[in-house]
Amino acid sequence: MLKDQDRIFQNLYNDKGSDVSSSQERGDWVNTKEITDKGRDWIINEIKESQLRGRGGAGFPTGLKWSFAPKEVGSRPHYLVINGDESEPGTCKDRDILRFEPHKLIEGCLIASYAVQAHVCYIYIRGEYFVDGQKLQAAIDEAYEKKLLGKNAAGTGWDLDIYIHYGAGAYICGEETALLESLEGKKGQPRLKPPFPALIGLYGCPTIINNVETIAVVPTILRRGAKWFASLGREKNTGTKIFCISGNVNNPCNVEEEMSIPLKELIEVHAGGVIGGWENLQAVIPGGSSMPLIPKERCETLKMDFDACVEEKSGLGTAGIVVINKDQDIIKCMARIARFYKHESCGQCTPCREGSGWMWRMLERMAKGDATKDEVDMLGDVTNQIAGHTICAFGEGSSWPVQGLLRHFKKEIEKRNNLDPIVQKKNNIPYLVDQHLLDKKNA
Amino acid sequence: MSLRRPAKDQPESFEFNASSLEAAKVIVAKYPEGKQQSAVMALLYIAQKQNNNWIPLAAMKYIAKFLDMPYIKVYEVATFYTMYNLAPVGKYFVQVCTTTPCMIRGANQLVEACKEKISENECELSNDKSCSWMEVECLGACVNAPMMQINDDYYEDLDKQKTLDILDKILNGETPKPGSYRGRVNNEPENNRKTLMDLKNA
Repeated sequence: MLKDQDRIFQNLYNDKGSDVSSSQERGDWVNTKEITDKGRDWIINEIKESQLRGRGGAGFPTGLKWSFAPKEVGSRPHYLVINGDESEPGTCKDRDILRFEPHKLIEGCLIASYAVQAHVCYIYIRGEYFVDGQKLQAAIDEAYEKKLLGKNAAGTGWDLDIYIHYGAGAYICGEETALLESLEGKKGQPRLKPPFPALIGLYGCPTIINNVETIAVVPTILRRGAKWFASLGREKNTGTKIFCISGNVNNPCNVEEEMSIPLKELIEVHAGGVIGGWENLQAVIPGGSSMPLIPKERCETLKMDFDACVEEKSGLGTAGIVVINKDQDIIKCMARIARFYKHESCGQCTPCREGSGWMWRMLERMAKGDATKDEVDMLGDVTNQIAGHTICAFGEGSSWPVQGLLRHFKKEIEKRNNLDPIVQKKNNIPYLVDQHLLDKKNA
Repeated sequence: MSLRRPAKDQPESFEFNASSLEAAKVIVAKYPEGKQQSAVMALLYIAQKQNNNWIPLAAMKYIAKFLDMPYIKVYEVATFYTMYNLAPVGKYFVQVCTTTPCMIRGANQLVEACKEKISENECELSNDKSCSWMEVECLGACVNAPMMQINDDYYEDLDKQKTLDILDKILNGETPKPGSYRGRVNNEPENNRKTLMDLKNA
């Protein structure tokens, strides 16, 4: 288990309060000027050496992302945008940072803004987190009062203004270009990339977008050194991470742990074990609903980091672990996730808009045992038609969980769905994909 | 995508009152000059708050003029994002999360409670027109599942009986205390905390 002094978010459970003075006791805002005095190149290099990877799901190296910002500010100003549109089912880590560790985030914003030469920072928070956003706003107001923000913020000589922008219940706005569209006051429909936001982003200006957790760990990395951060976890999967363990466990919780911690340790030690014992475990979704599930056999040895999860054909994503035990109907669970994606598709690309609905309806029927034998393969075909054929990664995100189900629980589906293909007319099931075959005589 | 339709009965006109107007001006100032369109989402929230929790078409027209943008652009935004209510939802708007992490911890019991206390169908006003409920997608409090949101506040770690009690309160016009209903502190593992022990109860 990670030592307590190596935990970055000391106030994860709000033992100490989140105002400036108690944050300063935890080390925030203490020597911000010393850090910025070392210069942009030093900051970006240090972040590169720490091998920090984005905490929002994709795991892109943060230092590299910052180095994409133009070196000189031209006619267009630079922007820093913080992605706090945390909507991935199974994930609730950013909420705790917003309400209990706001000053880590605000100081991180200042340092990151300095590094990418932005004078304005927007924090995009999902609309449902209104109360938590108000707490962050209170922290921002206090920071302005104490001269930690505004002109010559925290004595660094850098001017920075931070504004909060609330979303309004659209999951897709967690995608970075959709988030920018939403910030500009439009529908949150993703843009084509390239051009990448680092060159043409918010209002057509260079924009760096980072997750809340990524930015909040930056000040601590720079204080304690890249070497310290890189010594935790393993190569290319360094540092600590807040894991959200939900679902069928005895004590669902958020906990900060070292990267590459075994999944079994997380569940057994921190979350109090699976309800009904480890033997009652059916499957685990390791990184929020868009990552394929992993069946029990593989969970025994799985290490929780980006690369180890990819080896299991899944992903760490946001590290929102959903534990599903044998009391649950796995097909129903996945059908509900498919319904989520059907609801949240932005409707821009046809394969995703239509396909997400197909997947949901097919899975609902499969859960009831109303599907035909050949539809199991057809479902796999539908997922392949969506993934990779859309503007943003939502296509993958919606089809991966279904592919994971098909990969590991195909027998279960086939056992339950034993009807003959519809052309033999033994069953009259409405709303089938090949409904037209029913209308033809002697088909 | 989700189907969203504006209400049939629409008020004739809409205008910001003094306090809304002031709040709107503060919001518009957050964005660079000429980019006031960015404020449309926040302004829709202000309109929703002023107009008893829902946005009439007249308000969209008013905001379009206010921000100097086409009405259709405001309409697009208001119908795209699900948190803008296009029809009356009552003083208390109950949103029950039923996505998988909540579902496997018994969110259907919360739905049953809502059906018993508020109305048989979702998005339907209760008899006294004071509240309504609907199933929503993940609200981002998965380790506190099952949970629901009433207006701005989260009610966490619920079961059927606790939900019935909460709904009784709001039907009596009271606002129950938000947070966990199993008495746990924030997101810590209940009775099983193993980290940051020297800070606990400090």
